[in-house]
Amino acid sequence: MTIIANRYEFVYLFDVTNGNPNGDPDAGNLPRLDPETNRGLVTDVCLKRKIRNYVILEKEGEPGYGIYMQEKSVLNNQHKLAYEALDIEPVSKKLPKEEAKARELTAWMCKNFFDVRAFGAVMTTEVNAGQVRGPIQMAFASSIDPVLPMEVSITRMAVTNERDLEKERTMGRKHVIPYGLYRAHGYISAKLGEHTGFSEEDLQLLWRALINMFEHDRSAARGEMAARKLIVFKHEHPMGNAPAHKLFESVKVKRVEGSDDSPARCFEDYRVTMDAESLPAGVSVEEKL
Amino acid sequence: MAYGIKLMVWGERACFTRPEMKVERVSYDVITPSAARGILEAIHWKPAISWVIDSIQVLKPIRFESIRRNEVGSRISARNVTSAMNAGSVAGLTNYVDQDRQQRAATVLRDVAYIIEAHFDITDKASKGDSEGKHLDIFNRRARRGQCFQAPCLGVREFPADFRLLEEGGPQPTPDVSLFGERDLGWMLHDFDFKKGCEPRFFRAVMRDGLISVPQFACEETKA
Repeated sequence: MTIIANRYEFVYLFDVTNGNPNGDPDAGNLPRLDPETNRGLVTDVCLKRKIRNYVILEKEGEPGYGIYMQEKSVLNNQHKLAYEALDIEPVSKKLPKEEAKARELTAWMCKNFFDVRAFGAVMTTEVNAGQVRGPIQMAFASSIDPVLPMEVSITRMAVTNERDLEKERTMGRKHVIPYGLYRAHGYISAKLGEHTGFSEEDLQLLWRALINMFEHDRSAARGEMAARKLIVFKHEHPMGNAPAHKLFESVKVKRVEGSDDSPARCFEDYRVTMDAESLPAGVSVEEKL
Repeated sequence: MAYGIKLMVWGERACFTRPEMKVERVSYDVITPSAARGILEAIHWKPAISWVIDSIQVLKPIRFESIRRNEVGSRISARNVTSAMNAGSVAGLTNYVDQDRQQRAATVLRDVAYIIEAHFDITDKASKGDSEGKHLDIFNRRARRGQCFQAPCLGVREFPADFRLLEEGGPQPTPDVSLFGERDLGWMLHDFDFKKGCEPRFFRAVMRDGLISVPQFACEETKA
């Protein structure tokens, strides 16, 4: 396992058709909106959750690819019970003060858990080494154009409680976006990768996760979501060869000519252009999707 | 001040969390010296130097936005890791997000831009090869080329910071007109005193035409 030796940035485009990519708990699960521009938002943690879920699926149980932050799975709870039974005597209540001990704990967590290695994690220690910063950082994804969430009322031909029996059916609501193309930016620091042991294999797994994660995240709420483009900038120098914002600016997503007067409804309504000519020296670009 | 640098940083969102409102995070009006130091360290830092923030120039109007997210409520306990290490198995050492969920709102800043003016001091960890010129060159070279150790962020890592070195004699961005006049921003976190076990120190931030001069860390103006 070789540790990554280059800095990367990536532009990730995904779209949603008649679905809710990321509900806003503040707004009754309406799709998240940027209140100033009415563009749709998808938080960084939402995308990271999907990456984790993909890794759980692909690497199920494989050593070194544990996922610390899991969604509920009852099977593992059984293991937990057995494990707790084995854990006879808790070590002293105090946190490890010695730095070496804390580093050992951190290193072990990094080795065994993909998400700790990739995104970092906070461990309760008084030594700073207990906080892991992972090499991968993602920002909020925002839609290219303003989106219009629609409220769709639905009915269910059954009721939950017996006392509602005469009502015969219940009404529900779904919030969907007819169409939205979202753009996310990501950063991978080679130097932080060194600290957590983020390898080339892990990097390939991350690309696979980004490309395939929506394929394994189908649900009634999501509608049709798909990864559309993954453009990766690779810097020759571990510190990087160009400012990230310059690279991001070289990827332009525009409406196809003549269609801007009507709302976009599919990916073909957009054109993605990549100005590879004007890339700074030392940066190579790769379109993974 | 001969070794000063000027870095412009900007981004779409920022959250410089107030320590008194950190559960449902509320950002300070402007970047704190501590966060500004973090940005410089993300570009270049060695134990031989320590960054000192001299002033912060605010360039854009101060505006807020609220975001609510699902977060987890607890941290990994070191004890659990130790026992998992002893057992040689990761079974049980997971956090089920839906059992430990907290919905938290964050009041964050929108569309920010700052000019950080700073210099560095040589610390007692410096060896013979560490001269001011060397570290200044490294920083300037990296900032000019957009190189960094890790992507710098505006308070929290989901809000990345774009940066550009402001060269001496080059064009200087001017602050938005809404920032003109004097504004008292109240007590603000200056930085942590890591020698005293992360003791925070605060200072009274006053913004004049968008400019906040930051007092020396150890001086009378800052209070622990």
